[in-house]
Amino acid sequence: MIKIFKTSKNVIINIDEYFDTVELGILNFKEGVNNYLEGNFTEFENNLKIIEVLEGKADSIIRKIENDLYIYSLIPNYASEVLNLLEKVDDIIDKVKNNLSQFDVERPFLPEEIKNDFSRLLNISVKSAENVIPAARAFFTDQNLVKDKIQKVIFYERETDKLATNIKRKVFKEMPHLKLSEKIHLRYFTLHVEEVSDAAEVVAKMLSSLVIKTRM
Amino acid sequence: MFLFFLTSGLFLGWSLGANDAANIFGSAVGTKMVKFKSAVVIASVFVIIGAVLQGYGASQTLGDLGSINAIGGAFTVALCAGLTVFWMTKLQLPVSTSQGIIGAIIGWNFYSGNPTDLAVLSKIVSTWVAGPILGGIFAIVLYLLLKYFLDKRRIHLLKLDAYLKYGLLIVGAFGAYSLGANNVSNVVGVFIPSLPEITLNFGFFSLNAVQLLFLVGGASIAIGIITYSKKVMMTVGNNLMKLSAEAALVVVLSHSLVLFVFSSTTLSNLFQSVGLPGIMLVPVSSSQAIVGAIVGIGLLKGGRGIQYGVLGKISIGWIATPIIAGFTTFVSLFFMNNVFKMVVVQNENNIITNKINDVIIHPQMNTSVNLYQPLLFLIIIVLVIALVVMLVNLVRTSSQTKEDASSERLLKYESQEKMLNAEIQKVNTENAKLEKQIEFKRKEQMVIALSIIQKNQFLEKLKIKIDKIISKPEVKAEELITLKRLIIDNLSIDKEREKFNFYVNELNADFYLRLVNRFPDLSENEQRLAALIRLNLSSKEIASILNISTKSVEVNRHRLRKKMRLKREENLTEIVSKL
Repeated sequence: MIKIFKTSKNVIINIDEYFDTVELGILNFKEGVNNYLEGNFTEFENNLKIIEVLEGKADSIIRKIENDLYIYSLIPNYASEVLNLLEKVDDIIDKVKNNLSQFDVERPFLPEEIKNDFSRLLNISVKSAENVIPAARAFFTDQNLVKDKIQKVIFYERETDKLATNIKRKVFKEMPHLKLSEKIHLRYFTLHVEEVSDAAEVVAKMLSSLVIKTRM
Repeated sequence: MFLFFLTSGLFLGWSLGANDAANIFGSAVGTKMVKFKSAVVIASVFVIIGAVLQGYGASQTLGDLGSINAIGGAFTVALCAGLTVFWMTKLQLPVSTSQGIIGAIIGWNFYSGNPTDLAVLSKIVSTWVAGPILGGIFAIVLYLLLKYFLDKRRIHLLKLDAYLKYGLLIVGAFGAYSLGANNVSNVVGVFIPSLPEITLNFGFFSLNAVQLLFLVGGASIAIGIITYSKKVMMTVGNNLMKLSAEAALVVVLSHSLVLFVFSSTTLSNLFQSVGLPGIMLVPVSSSQAIVGAIVGIGLLKGGRGIQYGVLGKISIGWIATPIIAGFTTFVSLFFMNNVFKMVVVQNENNIITNKINDVIIHPQMNTSVNLYQPLLFLIIIVLVIALVVMLVNLVRTSSQTKEDASSERLLKYESQEKMLNAEIQKVNTENAKLEKQIEFKRKEQMVIALSIIQKNQFLEKLKIKIDKIISKPEVKAEELITLKRLIIDNLSIDKEREKFNFYVNELNADFYLRLVNRFPDLSENEQRLAALIRLNLSSKEIASILNISTKSVEVNRHRLRKKMRLKREENLTEIVSKL
């Protein structure tokens, strides 16, 4: 009971560090895919290495947080929901790591005419993920702000969906010179990038229900 | 004898402690914000302090309503009130000991023929209604204030959790103090007129008879809290309404304020000093104050989730509890008086005569009892030191245990991860070793194939040369023909070839499986041919290994292509290698 403030402070620091790590992971993903699109494979591989380290770090921080919440019975009413939220945020960094490693393994062929669209898709999808982290931070400090930030996430997620559909349509209808296998490959990679914003949307929806639950 | 009669009051105290501690710490313990142990220690200590320091105020009003002047009567009154509360609790009504005891006193008044002061009674009844309403008002105001404060301050969820934990403990302590102050008169208030006159002098402070009585009453409530409140906290505490920690804090604080207002003589005097009417110091129901506070919060949130049935039950409690307690007391007093011949009412003259006799016979009873001060001090100091040491130890041990558990879990995670990594590494090394073995066998296979090819080529050459020698007339043909037959035999039967075939079958087991799965029509020879093609051997080399002509190999290759349905532009070797 006496150490509760010290433990809470530690957990707060850990939560902030966790969000920082996920944010860095998202930025590295964006940089990595852009490097791939520009053909800078050395930098791309460097991004992949960094993201792998960040993902491992996020996992170990979440384990520490879980441990402290459980052992010191912190926020007993919402501990499971908060952990669930952090796990869903972890899904984002897992997803960006997997995506980047898929780029590394499969080396998809991206024709010049869709590179611009693909870059736009990447930017919007990443924006959605970038906005969900401040929303998650606000959940712990100022819940009134969560709603505004969630709005942005949802907006970017919808835009990502639209753009992804456009890219897929373009690939299958306007690019007859591509093989079917290449088209399918591109469709998969469009989907992979789209999934980042989907993961952000899951966190956003969870946040909005959590805010209702924790509101006095 | 007095102590025996006091047991009914102590029973009432025990049930009050068991039931009402849940009102103070129910939500906090139920939501695991406060540990049950901490709640019990704090509630027990503060309920006793409240009872001793501030219990007198409310008991005076009970005395105004009806001063029970015989110990037998007090025993019966407390017992009947206790039984009524017990029975009503069984019926799951939010009953109050206050209403029980008031009803029982009125029952005694009826039996003894004492007039009941209707003005006092109406004031008491008005506080019963005022209690929950005031609880609701306090809750609304405090809730709004807390919400405004939290919105302004933007405290981190985890920090807020820590503040709330401490807040619930502090407010719980205040609640326990108010409960002791307000409700102890229900428990032992009726025994005040029958008290023997005694004072305990501890040197730096002394306790008079009433304070001692309240100390015992407070202790009985504390015992109720220690022995039986856990079950009630875990069930009744949560049943009222599912509250957030913030709301629980507001509800308990409102409840405590209501109880404090109706028991504080200082506050009442303060009101009177500024020209306002004094507050009626009456024991009010802790449960009903809590329900009032919860309803207040419910109304603030738009009235959803309020169990209006509970309000009806409270109203029933206001009427039914005093009537049942009064009736039971009346009947019990009749039985006690007539069946057990117990004195339940004394005439005023008898009281005065008894007091005079007491003074004459036991003059020492009126003097104060002085204890051996140094020894007492020593005992108190030792007890306080022991308590402090125990508490410090307890806190240190518990935080140490938690730290140990935390680091142990982390260590476990780390070692698990290391173990898994080691396992993965081990598997990888084994795989690499196996790969090397396969590679070695493949090379060996190639060496054997080459040696077979070379040997066959050599034997072929030898055979041609022998043919040439045989064609010459001067050479003895018979021996050479034998030699040639030996060479031909050697060309077909060869141990190395057998070994080679064995290697081909062993190394290509997976390949055969994949081949048959994809092309189920292939014969055994065709499968072997495919395996040799996979080794990237030419038709001539294959012919040499299989001891057939190159043309036969070409024909077999053609058949194989056909069975595999290959197009002209597709390369057989490439496709077989990719399998």
